[in-house]
Amino acid sequence: MTTFTVLFMLLLLGAFMCLFRLWKGPTAPDRAVAIDILGTLVVGFCALYALQTKSSFYINIGVAWALLSFVGTIALAKYLEGRPFDE
Amino acid sequence: MSENELIGYVLIGIGVAFDLFGTLGLVRLPDVYNRLQAATKCVTLGTCFILVGAGVAGGRDMIARAVICAIFVLLTSPVGAHALARGAHLGGIKLWGRSVVDKYKEDEPRVKRLLAEGKDVGAGRQEAP
Repeated sequence: MTTFTVLFMLLLLGAFMCLFRLWKGPTAPDRAVAIDILGTLVVGFCALYALQTKSSFYINIGVAWALLSFVGTIALAKYLEGRPFDE
Repeated sequence: MSENELIGYVLIGIGVAFDLFGTLGLVRLPDVYNRLQAATKCVTLGTCFILVGAGVAGGRDMIARAVICAIFVLLTSPVGAHALARGAHLGGIKLWGRSVVDKYKEDEPRVKRLLAEGKDVGAGRQEAP
C-alpha cells in the first residue's frame, strides 16, 4: 500500500462524508453546501493525481472543475434566495 | 527522495488532514451555518495546501499551474460560501436553537423590501439605512 493510496483513501473518506450530508441533509441549503465542498475536494484529488502520474495536465482539469463548481454554487445560492437567474 | 518531494509530501499530508476534519465538521455540526463555516474554511485551506504541495513536489512544469489554481480556489470558495449563507438566510432557514447572535436579521426587513421593489440589493446596501 503506497503513500498515494493512503492519501486517496483519506480524500475518498471525506468525499463520502460529503455524500452522507447530501443524502441526509434536512434542508436544501445543506445539500448545496455538500455539493460545494465536494467540488473543492475534487480539485485536491486532481492535484494528487497529477503528482502521482507526473503529468501537469490534470491540474488544468482542477482549474476547470473549480470554475464550474463556483458558477454552480452561485446559481444554487440565487435559487435558494428566490430570485430569477437573469438578474 | 529529494528535499522538494519531502516538503511537498508534508504539505500534502497537512492538506489532507484539513480536508478530512472539514468534512467531519460538515457531518457533525448541528446547523447549516455552522456546517458551512467549518467545512468551507477547512476544505479551502486543505485544498490549497494539497495544490501547493503537489506543485513543490512536482517540479518546474507543475508549480505555476498549481499556484494559479490555489489562488483561484482561495478567491472563489469564500465568495460561494457567503452567497450560500445569504441565500439560506433569505430563504428562511432558521438558526440552531443555541445560537446567540444573528446580525443579519436586523438588516432583513430592508432587504426584503428592496427585493419586493425589484431593486438590486447589492447596490441598496450602499445607501444609508
